[in-house]
Amino acid sequence: MKLLQLLRPNLFVGGLILVIMVFVALFAPLIATHDPVLDANLIYAEEPPGGAFLMGTDEQGRDIFSRVIYGARISLTIGLVVQLMNTCIGVTLGLSAGYFGGWWDEFVQGLTNLMLSIPTVVFALALMAVLGPGVTSLLIALGMTDWAYSCRISRAQVLSQKSRSYVQAAQTMGYGRFHIMFRELLPNIAGPLVVIATMGIGSAIMAEASLSFLGLGVVPPAPSWGSMLSHAREQLMVSPWIAIFPGAALFLTVLGFNLLGDGLRDLIDPQGKARRA
Amino acid sequence: MLMVIARRLMQALLTVAVVVTLVFLLFSVIPGSFVTSLVGEKRDIDPRVMARIEEQLHLNDPLPERFGRYVADLARGDLGSSFSTRRPVIDMLESRIVASFRLACAAILFAVAIGLPLGFIAAARPGSWIDMAAMMGAVSGLSVPGFWFGLLAMYFFSLQLGWLPTFGYGQGGLRHLVLPALTLGIGPMALLARTTRAAVLEVRGADFIRTARSKGMSETRIVTRHLARNAFVLVLTTIGLQFGSMLGGSVVIESLFAWPGVGSLLIQSVSLRDIPAVQGCILVIVLFFLLINTLVDIAYMLIDPRIRYR
Repeated sequence: MKLLQLLRPNLFVGGLILVIMVFVALFAPLIATHDPVLDANLIYAEEPPGGAFLMGTDEQGRDIFSRVIYGARISLTIGLVVQLMNTCIGVTLGLSAGYFGGWWDEFVQGLTNLMLSIPTVVFALALMAVLGPGVTSLLIALGMTDWAYSCRISRAQVLSQKSRSYVQAAQTMGYGRFHIMFRELLPNIAGPLVVIATMGIGSAIMAEASLSFLGLGVVPPAPSWGSMLSHAREQLMVSPWIAIFPGAALFLTVLGFNLLGDGLRDLIDPQGKARRA
Repeated sequence: MLMVIARRLMQALLTVAVVVTLVFLLFSVIPGSFVTSLVGEKRDIDPRVMARIEEQLHLNDPLPERFGRYVADLARGDLGSSFSTRRPVIDMLESRIVASFRLACAAILFAVAIGLPLGFIAAARPGSWIDMAAMMGAVSGLSVPGFWFGLLAMYFFSLQLGWLPTFGYGQGGLRHLVLPALTLGIGPMALLARTTRAAVLEVRGADFIRTARSKGMSETRIVTRHLARNAFVLVLTTIGLQFGSMLGGSVVIESLFAWPGVGSLLIQSVSLRDIPAVQGCILVIVLFFLLINTLVDIAYMLIDPRIRYR
């Protein structure tokens, strides 16, 4: 039964896409046929897909296939780091707010509502305006602005678990607050948080690509999928492949995380599957 | 009822106050950001000019005093002058708000017109191939990067078929609006389809529907009187939230299509580090979001008596 559950279409397809993406990112130097940055040659500029260039070349004659392959490294790394930062902030705030209650809970709830009232990309843009473009600014801007949902979920979960006997047992045994929060409660509320985090990686990858597309994220010539697309509009008429492949890789990766998140949620809460958005 | 609405409005005002403070602090506390932004890359600027700029902008005054001045200016509708164009930010925003609002309205109309029926159809036969296809389409719509979808749409509809203009605002006609609205609406459309399906399925299993059916009420009447109305309350949240966040969400799409809205002004201003304009754009986007959210909350109370008395 467990095995059958694991073979649900969304979990299977999402997992498969991501396994391929991670494999590609890890073994990029072995898979890529050219150097993603240095192998620029104007003689081969805007070659259509086929022959020596599987996905064609861009306006500087760089191999798009190799750039898309290396782009997986950038996207997945940024997605994971950003989501890790957001999860750490959200879970720490949510756990402590739910556990301690009182004025701290009120404060955290106010902060969460405030974060939810400002669109993430806009908040990130404001921070980028202050910090300037670049990967470090990007990590700070995205890693500190999208924690509201994990905070809310962990708070709600703690409130429902706080009076359980295992928590009371730990309190009776004299364990400290932090031990109870992170060693007792956290493992018991991890399920929904994993789902939120999985989908969050997809959103973080999309946000990175959006900012890089706008010229505010990963700085060229680094092969970020977003920045590759930002040059595509001018060449759209004559060489549309410059736009098609990096975008397709981005789409597939985000789809993979969304499907995996959906599938994990169905596994954790099978009853809710039918009625869920 | 009036008390509840008043409390909701107070909450919104409080959030506005916090956002205004945050926007001010963000660009004031970080050392040098204002002046370095104004002079840009010209690092070898004369210190006397630098000092004059600081004095003109009152940058040496104590922070509370500057905040007081900022709030007073804001109350008079003065958002300061742009560093890049030297024009008042409020004037720059005026026409752009109209353009962004038009785009947001068109996009939400598209999202509702397609997403709502799609969700209903999927919920009518859960587990069927129509349901599977609709939900597969919805998860794809949620995962597709808007700017990539926009580029592809631009390629097919403008460059290949020549049906629509590639980008720009034109004379404000509908033809220029179609592609940006379609691109901006695709994500909300997908989300709306999923939410509608979930809402209909949830309401369909509710006790009052079973009661209505056991009383012998006709299916049409059950759907129109009970199901649609109750599901709509759940769906309304999504429509409201999506519409509210569209001014912020359209940042990338407006840039792609060179749409002269608040989002594209924000991007230009961030690139130029034109801080007064960035502050102005962020305030407009957040205020719009809060306004729509508050209106949606009040609309609920009017539609659903259960929320009113909670």
